[in-house]
Amino acid sequence: MTGTPLTRRQVFEARQRRRATTIAAGSTCAVLAALVLLIPLAPGWEAVKRSFFNAEVFAKTFPGLLNAFLLDIAIFAWCAPLIAALGLLVALARDLRNPALYPLRLAAMLYTDIFRGLPVILVIYLIGFGVPGLGLPRPWNSPYIWGSLALILVYAAYVAEVIRSGIESIHDSQRAAALSLGLTPSDAMRFVILPQALRRVVPANMNLFIALQKDVALLSFIGPVEIFRQAGVYKSLMANFTPYVGAALIFLALTIPATRYADHLMNRQRKARS
Amino acid sequence: MALLELRAVRKAFGDHLVIDGIDLSIATGEMTCLIGASGSGKSTLLKLMTLLEPVDDGHIYLDGQDISEPGLDPQPVRQRIGIVFQQYNLFPHMTALENTLLAPRRVRGRSAAEVTPEAEALFDRFGLADRMHHYPDQLSGGQQQRVAIVRALAMQPEIMLFDEITSALDPELVGEVLDVLRSLRAEGMTMILATHEMGFARELADRVCFLDRGRICEEGPPDRIFSNPSEPRTRAFLSRVL
Ligand SMILES: Nc1ncnc2c1ncn2[C@@H]1O[C@H](COP(=O)(O)OP(=O)(O)OP(=O)(O)O)[C@@H](O)[C@H]1O
Ligand SMILES: [Mg+2]
Repeated sequence: MTGTPLTRRQVFEARQRRRATTIAAGSTCAVLAALVLLIPLAPGWEAVKRSFFNAEVFAKTFPGLLNAFLLDIAIFAWCAPLIAALGLLVALARDLRNPALYPLRLAAMLYTDIFRGLPVILVIYLIGFGVPGLGLPRPWNSPYIWGSLALILVYAAYVAEVIRSGIESIHDSQRAAALSLGLTPSDAMRFVILPQALRRVVPANMNLFIALQKDVALLSFIGPVEIFRQAGVYKSLMANFTPYVGAALIFLALTIPATRYADHLMNRQRKARS
Repeated sequence: MALLELRAVRKAFGDHLVIDGIDLSIATGEMTCLIGASGSGKSTLLKLMTLLEPVDDGHIYLDGQDISEPGLDPQPVRQRIGIVFQQYNLFPHMTALENTLLAPRRVRGRSAAEVTPEAEALFDRFGLADRMHHYPDQLSGGQQQRVAIVRALAMQPEIMLFDEITSALDPELVGEVLDVLRSLRAEGMTMILATHEMGFARELADRVCFLDRGRICEEGPPDRIFSNPSEPRTRAFLSRVL
């Protein structure tokens, strides 16, 4: 490539890499072959194949599932920015030093403790059934609003903690340098500490948002016909579980690349910092 | 009247008395070097002067105003006293120029168009003209430290504090930073340096203060302190470092 001859170390490492790739490919093939050959030998395989991997059912229901998934994406799309904004506000509120604002700080602390301490589904039930139960007029009795609010409250609590950990990871010398230039503490936070902290927690927050994308399916329990609910409808209609497999594939198509990307960012940051 | 005056200043961290009654008077245009063993309180003394650490007891007067008053707003003071740290402490997410513009814009409320030419002149003067748009991690230690000095100077302070600003540098980079100090000295900047560069202190300082366990054990013109110290502690310290 460069025209210069390879060093002894490079030759050695290239050979090691080739060897490792060969071994990895070989063992993967062996495992796959074993799975393909052995699983069909299981006594229930034919039944499982019919009810979970039915090509005909798959083809019929997949477009409808994709369509229902648009609702998941829409719910995600309106929740995500609100979560980011609320999470940031709560993180900042927890750092307030002004005694007059102590109630805010206390509220932020209670809030993160409570919502991180509850199962998501419980919050969705309590808010999603509880608030519309007050007999609010349309559209304020919509499960979309209150279900989304439940997701927002839970996830913003996690995002707030992640951002706070980012703020705390910025060395105090950065704050001292900003203050020494005459910046106010809030300007030091806004221009010096927060930009660095937010950058540092991008991978952690991405993982939270991937989890959110999956948890949107929980709203199906209080009404919205999103993909999980739609798969259930198809299952009853066709007496077949294949629609759930279809739904799983749709989720994975989105979450696996996103997870890989978050890991990639995390590795890059780790390298940049060392 | 002295520009900066410390009277019986004390500072403790917990039970550990780090600054133990220091009196010091700094005149306009004067260059003072603080020398002393590690842990003698040099950094703490500089932080007290720029109110990054609160004074426990005693007084610090800037132009006659007591700035050590508990509860006093430290911002106006920090605009008049700049400080440069051993570890540069540049903001890594901003270019050299952005580092420099931040405080004049946010604190003094000046426009970027107004400050940029001044900043450019400073970068130029200290040999950084082609480094303005680089991020700190793209600069050598010596360049980063010069940017840190430019950043402090852009606020047009009346006094500059330097805390061992060459200690983290490779030996071949020390010279370029000391040149910056020479240039400021020639311009008549009032400076206080904590330093281990004894040769440099001897060359440029008006006065050297030897700190020992939070007190000024001995002070005087560099020639006398270095060649004829009167205190045994000073002599012991100098024989270790020279
Ligand atoms: N924030 C702090 N909390 C507790 N102790 C501190 C703090 N800062 C400094 N000290 C202590 O105060 C003493 C003086 O520290 P200082 O950094 O002022 O010394 P120095 O003369 O600058 O030393 P060096 O040459 O190593 O920089 C040391 O014993 C140090 O451990
Ligand atoms: Mg020090």
